Amino acid sequence: METDTTQLNIDRSIGDFSYPESHQFDAGVGLTHKTIDYITDVKGEADWVREFRHKALDVFNSKPMPTHWASHDLDAIVFDNIRYYLSNGQKATRSWDDVPDDMKKTFERLGIPEQERRFLAGVEAQFDSEAVYSNIKKAVGDQGVIFVGPTEGLRDHPEIFKKWFGKVIPTGDNKFSALNSAVFSGGSFIYVPPGVKVKHPLQAYFRINAENFGQFERTLIIADEGSEVMYMEGCTAPKFETATLHSAVVELVAMKGAKIQYITVQNWSSNVFNLVTKRAVAHEEAEVKWIDCNIGSRLTMKYPGVVLKGRKARGEVISIALAGDGQHQDTGAKMVHAADETTSNIISKSISLGKGRATYRGLVHVPKHLKGCKNNTECDALLINSTSRTDTYPAITVRGTGNAVQHEASVSQISAEQIFYMQQRGLTEGQAMSLSVNGFVNDLVRQFPMEYSVELKRLIDLEMEGSVG
Amino acid sequence: MSSGILAPEEMNQTNAGETAPGVAGSFDANENQSFPEWFRALQQEAWENFQSLPMPKRTDETWRFATIKSLDISSYAKPQPVCDADQAALIARSVGLKETAGRMIFANDQLLQREVLSGDLKRQGVIWEPIEKAVVEHEEIFRKHFMTQEVTLGSKKFAALHKALVKSGTFLYVPRNVEIDLPIEIFHWLHGSGGSTFPHTLLVAGENSKVTLVDYFESSDLDAPGLAIGVNDLFLEPGAKLTYICAQNWSDKTLAFQVNSTHVGRDASATSMNLNLGAGYARTESVSRLAGQGGRSDMLAVSVASGAQEFDQRTLQDHQEPNTASDLLYKNSLSDQSRTIFAGLIVVEPGAHKTDAYQKVRNLLLSDEAEANSAPGLEIEADDVRCTHGATSGQIDEEELFYMLSRGLKEVTAKQLIVSGFLNEVVGRLGNKPVAEKLAALIQSKFDRMKK
Repeated sequence: METDTTQLNIDRSIGDFSYPESHQFDAGVGLTHKTIDYITDVKGEADWVREFRHKALDVFNSKPMPTHWASHDLDAIVFDNIRYYLSNGQKATRSWDDVPDDMKKTFERLGIPEQERRFLAGVEAQFDSEAVYSNIKKAVGDQGVIFVGPTEGLRDHPEIFKKWFGKVIPTGDNKFSALNSAVFSGGSFIYVPPGVKVKHPLQAYFRINAENFGQFERTLIIADEGSEVMYMEGCTAPKFETATLHSAVVELVAMKGAKIQYITVQNWSSNVFNLVTKRAVAHEEAEVKWIDCNIGSRLTMKYPGVVLKGRKARGEVISIALAGDGQHQDTGAKMVHAADETTSNIISKSISLGKGRATYRGLVHVPKHLKGCKNNTECDALLINSTSRTDTYPAITVRGTGNAVQHEASVSQISAEQIFYMQQRGLTEGQAMSLSVNGFVNDLVRQFPMEYSVELKRLIDLEMEGSVG
Repeated sequence: MSSGILAPEEMNQTNAGETAPGVAGSFDANENQSFPEWFRALQQEAWENFQSLPMPKRTDETWRFATIKSLDISSYAKPQPVCDADQAALIARSVGLKETAGRMIFANDQLLQREVLSGDLKRQGVIWEPIEKAVVEHEEIFRKHFMTQEVTLGSKKFAALHKALVKSGTFLYVPRNVEIDLPIEIFHWLHGSGGSTFPHTLLVAGENSKVTLVDYFESSDLDAPGLAIGVNDLFLEPGAKLTYICAQNWSDKTLAFQVNSTHVGRDASATSMNLNLGAGYARTESVSRLAGQGGRSDMLAVSVASGAQEFDQRTLQDHQEPNTASDLLYKNSLSDQSRTIFAGLIVVEPGAHKTDAYQKVRNLLLSDEAEANSAPGLEIEADDVRCTHGATSGQIDEEELFYMLSRGLKEVTAKQLIVSGFLNEVVGRLGNKPVAEKLAALIQSKFDRMKK
């Protein structure tokens, strides 16, 4: 189907605005050991954190770009042109009234305070490098749940967070985890005490406002024995002419019997390089589920993983990617089975339209002497236009008997018959396409909390609107 | 086998590794004066390429999962001459199909015997020559096809060494509309200890022709180390039909590389199969290029890995033109501490609409120490396509085994039956009974060897 797909920015409008910058703290352009000292000084961090950052910078500098397997588009990132820390010295407040006007307006336009009132247990809103708002409902706080930023987490609760910080994803895991470890700022540190089930989701909202800026939030969630928590993150940025970098590290720890659900709806503007490392450790009988939805950005590279460390642990990744013109969604999942009877499930659905490219990259590892491990992987790709592209690169290693691993992938296009049928019933071609694409991802979208699935459906409708001529 | 044949231990064993020059040591293109000048220049260039190309590294994507340290080729000697007595013994041991249209037997890249084609086929213009003759007598067509396909799956360096050192092998040209009903067989023996061989098969199947070709790779001594670097290039002109089999049964101490390319023209149909039984480390790189509308390629493989064997299989199904089909089925059975690697890629190039591509790898793990690595890949740049792939790793179904045991079968027999059934599904896809039976017998002989 030959269709014009050059006008494809409708959905961006929601985040495509910015306010003039007036930063009190600006680490300047480029990244050196001086930048690190500047960030540490502004934040007033402990010496061990300063040392951790300096070491990470050395690791970052020593590692080559992973372009021997990844997209060469990475070479377009000029690290010397990026600003690594911008803030107003703001402290995260517990009331929207205390948030500076510009920033408050930003989040109001994005609908965050309203959502908080309606269905969230806690919200953190990050503006460039630092959170401007962080609040947790009293009832949840009273249960002993901690919901703070990394600076506060490492300063006020080192006994809880230091033990796991940088352990699930070590500094040297990859070039971008090293970069994050050197300059991280903002993000959520969450601790859920044993047995506590947080009824409503906790949410973080990440906003980039400044041009040439790199956002490097760091998140660590620890769900203690038998606890349950759901975390959601959303992200937007205005569309600048120059490339913006977002490189987060997210570590999850699910102790015995705990359950963590982590939901991402990524809608960065199409100038953002989104290079994120996400990994969880699941102890005995714990469950970790990543729901990862990528709609925005220029290049996203993100493969949420679960290390299944305890017997009967369970890991799941549900991934939806929508790659429009000029976008490359390089997403996937990693499942490392490290104990008996662990199970994992990966379901990935991608849609490529216009000149978009969606890539699934996966890793499933079942080392020797394990029994009763199971993995199921399904990847489905939908191609809308003749210029669209999709790739699938799974890597599966299984040792020994007593385990079952299966991978399946298919590539298809929207059935012309289906579209024709719907057109006969009075739908426009665009409506029919939208319906068809929504049908393709529907079984996954249903797993999202209601508010998100509605939002996602709307985003897909908007993206599709421009894709048929 | 008839009586009076020398068993391997009675043959004159040359320990080539200690005395003869190494494969990677020195090179003189003019050593082989029977080759024409253009060919010697090609070999000289290939040698220079070999020297300048880097060895594979652990971080190379095309060598992911492979045990890189096992790739050292420096200790093997260049192919050594085989004495008359051993030649006779090897000819006698070359037992293939009952009925064939032609047969060539090589040992250490030396032609031992050639059973010529029927006069009828010759009259129809079929060319069936060892390379040293083809390069002189059929220069034009040979030169047009000889190692013209780019090596893309990782073994560039080893293919360059092959090109520099190749001395013999087979050239088969089947002219337009000629159908050869019976299979043609080629045996390559690796003889002696520490030596090497560079088997080469070049086949050009003309328009609407039909042919079946079987390569057998064998070691005279199943305990002798050796190096084998083979290349086979298959060209199918429009409407041609080809069945090609490479049955690899080198000694378990052989380091083996096999680079295959199949070029499928319009409405042509190729079925190729790799049987992996021998070698310590065996790497096969198989490429099917679907270069004409209506072309079809079936890529099959059966691997029986045991001991410390590592079978490293890389494939590419390259759909260059619309309306092409490919179907890949690779099955591995893994015993002991063996490892298998399957890394395959389906590429649908821009504009190659109505592509129908399928890729499936199945691993049957029979031991707790065995390891199966699968990386089935897709790169799709056209939207009107049907592409699926799958990879499974599992073990013998307990219920199935229980059923057979309750019928009085011994466990070892029952397991073997299940594994045979699993593997023979692939062999059956060849649709050629005598060939399928021969391959099943080879698989059985590997099982028998494993029991010892």
